[in-house]
Amino acid sequence: MEINPIQYEDLELLLNDLNTRYGYDFTEYSKASLLRRVQRLFTLDKFPSFAEFRYRLQHDSPYFRRFVEEITVNVTEMLRDPGFYKTLRTTILPILATYPFIRIWHAGCSTGEEVYSMAILLKEAGLLHKALLYGTDINPQVIEKARKGIFPVTQMQKYSENYIQSGGVQDFSIYYTANYHLAKFDSSLTGKMIFSTHNLVSDFSFNEFQLILCRNVLIYFERELQAKVFNLFDYSLENFGYLALGSKESLRFSPIADRYRQVGREKIWRKVYEAG
Amino acid sequence: MRQDKLVLIAGSAGSLQVILAVLTAMGREFPIPVLVVLHRNNVFESSLEELMSIRTNLVIKEVEEKERVLPGVVYLCPADYHVLVEKDFTFSLDYSERVNYSRPSIDVTMCSAADVYGAGLIALLLSGGNADGSDGLIYVQSKGGLTVVQSPETAEVPYMPQQAILRMTVDLVVPTEELPGLMKGFGRPAPPSAGDSASDRFTDS
Repeated sequence: MEINPIQYEDLELLLNDLNTRYGYDFTEYSKASLLRRVQRLFTLDKFPSFAEFRYRLQHDSPYFRRFVEEITVNVTEMLRDPGFYKTLRTTILPILATYPFIRIWHAGCSTGEEVYSMAILLKEAGLLHKALLYGTDINPQVIEKARKGIFPVTQMQKYSENYIQSGGVQDFSIYYTANYHLAKFDSSLTGKMIFSTHNLVSDFSFNEFQLILCRNVLIYFERELQAKVFNLFDYSLENFGYLALGSKESLRFSPIADRYRQVGREKIWRKVYEAG
Repeated sequence: MRQDKLVLIAGSAGSLQVILAVLTAMGREFPIPVLVVLHRNNVFESSLEELMSIRTNLVIKEVEEKERVLPGVVYLCPADYHVLVEKDFTFSLDYSERVNYSRPSIDVTMCSAADVYGAGLIALLLSGGNADGSDGLIYVQSKGGLTVVQSPETAEVPYMPQQAILRMTVDLVVPTEELPGLMKGFGRPAPPSAGDSASDRFTDS
């Protein structure tokens, strides 16, 4: 590892530039993680100095696109934390089943693995026909991948294990067609998905949902930004709707905490506005 | 000027017993916050924190994101997340790619802690079968922190400390049985006329 070429002060300059020049505001992201990602990109693209890196970012908008793609974390998997998906199956979906139409938002969905996981759960619960899954991310490149629904076939064994642990009883391979090293997921799943770019920092609510999932996204935001995003979710969630977070995230310190009740031990909260 | 401090204890295969012995020796009154990065299998996720608390009789808690780093607490990195330290001395979690096949990665936490604590960081690398931690220790040293390694011949799995020794001049290479006493000593107040460099300041005890 190189001795860190970029310091916290440099990062601050850079973030202010990008906010002014492109309207992308990263100033309320958790800095330690962001610094690491920016350093990684700097080293990867072999910049001789911070000044040149900064200049390139200000004057080369395609390179800025690369910056967004590379500094956002896009690690995800299907049915990660099978216990969480088991709770969705057994506790949440039976309640969503009572709605005439189900709208679900995966905020910060990256390459879409969680959206496909949800579609499989809905299909097995007989609800997919009346559901619509919205997947959004700040990074247009991952959204493009998510739309295709093509994932490395090497992952399928792991996903199949997750699937069984989540309470799945089918053969997981019925959901995709393997072709060489790629697995393409069934179009009956993709048909119920809408993918779009959306920036949680600056974009508004675009619909009302019964379930919002945002897992391992808020860990990259500072508390103040987390609070803003929680308000956005609260605004976008129907009363008695559900908000699901990552296994190390919590609603506890958020401004909306008093209107939500946790469902069991999983990181799922239900919106319960008191009448009045 | 007040120097914020952190003790970082990192290990992989064969390190748990040493960690327990070191923590027990440091005891409840240890004045510096302690962060433990242990490569772990996430199947045993919740039981490790509990096991360590019972065995050491200390307050051991898994790191929560945006949590303030406080003395008197031993923090344990959660399975499957990298742990970083922010400039305002809070923890943040990161679910980015594995580093050295590891998440949590010792390198990631060491570098991030060194950026924030500089010469106030004491980093201990223990037994393990992986090269994680060497880059981190090099960076810790470059920022003025103190680097300590379990002597490979006394480690259950010598590879990890050995890698660090091959790649850098570690400040202290210490046999297993001396580690508890050494680490406990870092909690004693520094002598009034302590020297300037990190190693002068620490090896005194």
